[in-house]
Amino acid sequence: MNAAILAQVVVNGLLLGGLYAAIAAGFSLVWGVLNVVNMLHGSAVVLGAYAAFFGWQLGINPFLAALLVGPAIGLLGWVVQRFIVQRVIAAPVLITLVLTFALDLILNNAMLAAFTADYRKIGSITGLPPLIVGSVAISADRLIAAVLGIAATFAVHLYLTRSRLGRAIVAVRMDQETARLMGVKVEHIYALTFGLGLALAGVAGCLIAAVFPISPLNSGSYLGVAFVACVLGGLGSVNGAIIGGLVLGVVESLGSMLVGAEYGVTVASVLLILMLLWRPQGLLGRAGYD
Amino acid sequence: MQSALSRWFLPLIIMVIGAVIAFGLPLVLSNETYLLRLATSLALLITLASAWNQVGGFTGYPSFATAAFFGLGAYASAVMQQFGWSVFAGYAMAALCAALLSAPFGFAILRLKGHYFAIASLMLVSILREITTGWADVTGGGMGINLPGAGGDPLAIARISLEIMVMLAAFSVALSLVIAKGWLGFGLSCIRMNETAAVSAGIDAPRLKTIAFTISSAICGVAGAAYAGWIGYIDPSDVYDIMWSVRPIIAALIGGVGTVFGPVVGSVIYLVFEELMWRNLLTFGTGALGILIAILVLVMPGGVLPSLRKGKVS
Repeated sequence: MNAAILAQVVVNGLLLGGLYAAIAAGFSLVWGVLNVVNMLHGSAVVLGAYAAFFGWQLGINPFLAALLVGPAIGLLGWVVQRFIVQRVIAAPVLITLVLTFALDLILNNAMLAAFTADYRKIGSITGLPPLIVGSVAISADRLIAAVLGIAATFAVHLYLTRSRLGRAIVAVRMDQETARLMGVKVEHIYALTFGLGLALAGVAGCLIAAVFPISPLNSGSYLGVAFVACVLGGLGSVNGAIIGGLVLGVVESLGSMLVGAEYGVTVASVLLILMLLWRPQGLLGRAGYD
Repeated sequence: MQSALSRWFLPLIIMVIGAVIAFGLPLVLSNETYLLRLATSLALLITLASAWNQVGGFTGYPSFATAAFFGLGAYASAVMQQFGWSVFAGYAMAALCAALLSAPFGFAILRLKGHYFAIASLMLVSILREITTGWADVTGGGMGINLPGAGGDPLAIARISLEIMVMLAAFSVALSLVIAKGWLGFGLSCIRMNETAAVSAGIDAPRLKTIAFTISSAICGVAGAAYAGWIGYIDPSDVYDIMWSVRPIIAALIGGVGTVFGPVVGSVIYLVFEELMWRNLLTFGTGALGILIAILVLVMPGGVLPSLRKGKVS
């Protein structure tokens, strides 16, 4: 294999991985803290992407729109957790899975009805020429989107480790009962975490809208990305999501080149199943306590 | 002897009732094409829900792989029929392919618990869908396959499909009953209640789980083959649709997970609601279904049958 091509493929994978990290981080956080696999996550990403798309039509830069869209979708997540998901939080896995799947059906179908299934695309944002490093060409928009994706994820990591409420989230993640005894209002933390997770999904959606065409039909594949990157990185670990996202991006790019782009999902899924069987705790070792 | 009698008697009755319905219903509904279609859909859903229950209900492992074996069965039978095999050889091939894939795959992923198991089983659906789409020489890729039998008298196909599907549903329910009353069901319920304790009491949990998973998958495979024969045209996005995994779960949840007749009752209720939604709310049908499912899960997480039996909603 040609080294120049390999370098280009790896760089493309890393650029994709930055976006994947942002998709996976919120999903991983919710799973880790609430023990809920949020099937709604993919549709939340798409919702964020549409918000950015319509913002762009009003003249708002999608990268700036993320600052607004994130909190808005986060608020939606807070409400959904507080009034719906909280009611089954102690139920068996099957129940929470089916409930969030039902919520996903509602949101996804609403978007299909409102926006149709047509793909929409934001044009070039910065208008800058691609960056040339050696033989590798890097699109400026994609580079900014990937860097912002990782930055948003890292910001959440800082929030979890530095702020008082963030510490409370980590405490609930580690030991819910003890956290409760220490005076942490666990129900509030659940709603906050779910909101934070969906806020990240909204931000990821804005970044995706900046570089890829969007449609409600994509929500399933974003959910798949979140699953794989989350398990790769380690459940509940926001830092792990960065590693998982980058690894998945590179594996997908290499896989597409080696076995053909039409088997991208298969490569990622086989990777995930092998990972689950070999090392369910993720690449970063034990389930992450950020 | 008496217990053996009661153990085999009820399943036998179910098969007989199934046969009566299978051969009586097409006569009664001979020209009611809409009701024929609805009854076939119902029998298909009962088959899948009851098969899912053998793993998801009896064992407590939330499998989302139903669509994978359903689609695999549909394609196995369709491809074989294209090679000139008979319809029933196609069914046998569907069961065989599903069993051959599910035994090793199940053995591997049944070590996983909870969400991890659910996700690993879900992944199989997308893997098979993509391989089927990519392997166009055999499967026709995204273009799908027209079954050789398609194009005959639509009413004759509708009647035969109903007969096959009802017999399959009766078989699936009868088999569930046999499993539930027998050693397999006993072992599975021990695993569901406390797997660690079951293993230390000498129950070979990996073996029992794999057996249940394989039986369940083989039924789903045959159901897929019957569906392909009924519809006459299959493509990957149709038979590997995740809804084939989700609908049986919802039906079982409505009726009562882990009970033999819960999936039957649940399938009836689910299908009635689904039909009402689709007829009245075309563009938001799926969304309305989502609302219904969410309400059901919130109000009646235990299902209809157990709630009735306890006399309260738990």
